[in-house]
Amino acid sequence: MSKSLTIALSKGRIFKETLPLLAHAGIVPRDDPETSRKLILDTNIDDVKLVIIRASDVPTYVEYGAADIGVAGKDVLLEHGGEGLYEPLDLNIARCRLMVAGPVGQPEPAGRMKIATKFVNSTRRYYAGLGKQVEIIKLYGSMELAPLVGLADRIVDLVDTGNTLRANGLEPLEHIVDVSSRLVVNKASMKMKHVRVKAFIAQIAEAVAQRQPR
Amino acid sequence: MENDRWLLPEGIEELLPPRAAQLEATLRRLLDQFNSWGYELVMPPFIEYLESLLIGTSNDLDLHTFKLTDQLTGRLMGVRSDMTPQVARIDAHLLKREEPTRLCYMGTTLNTVPKTHGGSRTPMQVGAELYGHAGVESDIEVLRLMVATLQLAGLNRITLDLGHVGIFRGLAAAAGLSPQLEAELFEALQRKSKPDIAELLADAALAEPYDSIFARLAELHGDESVLESAATLLAGAGEAVAGALENLRQIAVAIRGIEGLEVHFDLAELRGYHYHSGVVFSAFVAEEGQAIAQGGRYDDIGRVFGRARPATGFSTDLRKVLSLVAATTPEVRGIFVPCGDEAALVCAMQTLRQAGERVIQALPGQVGGASEMGCDRELQRLNGTWQPVTVNK
Repeated sequence: MSKSLTIALSKGRIFKETLPLLAHAGIVPRDDPETSRKLILDTNIDDVKLVIIRASDVPTYVEYGAADIGVAGKDVLLEHGGEGLYEPLDLNIARCRLMVAGPVGQPEPAGRMKIATKFVNSTRRYYAGLGKQVEIIKLYGSMELAPLVGLADRIVDLVDTGNTLRANGLEPLEHIVDVSSRLVVNKASMKMKHVRVKAFIAQIAEAVAQRQPR
Repeated sequence: MENDRWLLPEGIEELLPPRAAQLEATLRRLLDQFNSWGYELVMPPFIEYLESLLIGTSNDLDLHTFKLTDQLTGRLMGVRSDMTPQVARIDAHLLKREEPTRLCYMGTTLNTVPKTHGGSRTPMQVGAELYGHAGVESDIEVLRLMVATLQLAGLNRITLDLGHVGIFRGLAAAAGLSPQLEAELFEALQRKSKPDIAELLADAALAEPYDSIFARLAELHGDESVLESAATLLAGAGEAVAGALENLRQIAVAIRGIEGLEVHFDLAELRGYHYHSGVVFSAFVAEEGQAIAQGGRYDDIGRVFGRARPATGFSTDLRKVLSLVAATTPEVRGIFVPCGDEAALVCAMQTLRQAGERVIQALPGQVGGASEMGCDRELQRLNGTWQPVTVNK
């Protein structure tokens, strides 16, 4: 039985911030995804591969077993529905907040609010929890535009520094959930490759713990 | 629209030659094997009233079941999405035996949504259930039968995952968890989410030893040594938990010798928590990222049919299993017969068919000869009698 490891990562911030953690586990990619066009990256260890995919695809790859392990933001996991995966570790990287934002100083309109977001499930859950019925408009990007052009009353989006919001005359209003990246593991891999996977998780956990007290 | 009339709905599959024949052949061998273990075949209906289909199970099954209204009674009927409750009904209400009852079944089920990501909506469920015995011996028998079933179907290297819902249930009761905290911890444990578990425990302020037990439960998985670490950690967590551990230990010993089997223990495995009452197990193979067969103990499910009976069993999706097994290329074997209906020819064909040969008669003006029709021989008239002659390729 092959005990190789495939690790799914998304480009950009998650990749950059995961690299030092992987290095602690003795794994160094041979190529840089920013310059290479390869989607499967070899590493210094022969049977460890990295696959570079879109952040929102990571849970799907890992749930299917196309990758044994992945790194995915809690925002993506909440959207995907997490029952099909294990998420044993908070990596404390790529931290931000999922928030409700709206035009500065504009009071909440009466009746059914229109909310623009790409986090449809999390938004529905959040407002249902508040006992509010809202209309959700699924968008794929540039959320900040929606309230400005009258497409929506509020948006639900990830907020890091809040600069984009401010630049567009919006302000953060309600905090939904803190987001950071989690290590996710395919359920079958956790069982079939438990020695290797558990050792990997322990090494990454150690690296996370070392980074913590800054 | 005109051009996609051939399109099947998502997750609805059909089997073509030679796969269909392969499935059928495997099915026959499996039935023979079930019979050799003393499991009697039952054929529950494809559709029945919803209430009896959904007994003792989670909401999942409700969401997975196609429903329609019975025109005769106005009652809601469901197309089975799992045959296990049907078989339990048969045992509890129809057979009413006092002796241990061993039943097996196979049939197509229908799901509104695939039970696994990207999976089929029409699994071919094959399974076996043992009713009327509450001890670990029947769990072991069913486990062995599950492994034998998968191996007979062609999967030789299996990883078995063993858990016991009594551990979490026992701990929750002993620690006096509120229903809400129990549900939240359950949900976090299913994801082995240590950060979420830590957060829940921080708010809950449980008494020791339960705080540290719940904090470490998600890590209690691995090879047989896990049972020893569990024994240390869970000492003093009450009789129910100790009993569950002992159960797992006995099973571990009993299945040690099975060839091609790796065993993994997961004390936080909670699949089917609301339905199962004891040991739970699933089988994994390297080629597939999800479990290919599942089972466990589910005592008392027959209560709603008037008779609570201990029960343990397993089931698998034969379509899924066969998709992981190499396709067999059918042997080219058969006799091609020229057109005509003279008595001697018809008689020769009948004799050959009775002898178990595959006999195909040519149709007038047809395209293709013996080898194109998948035959290795041809019927020819030699010295006044019809005789099969090997065809040269």
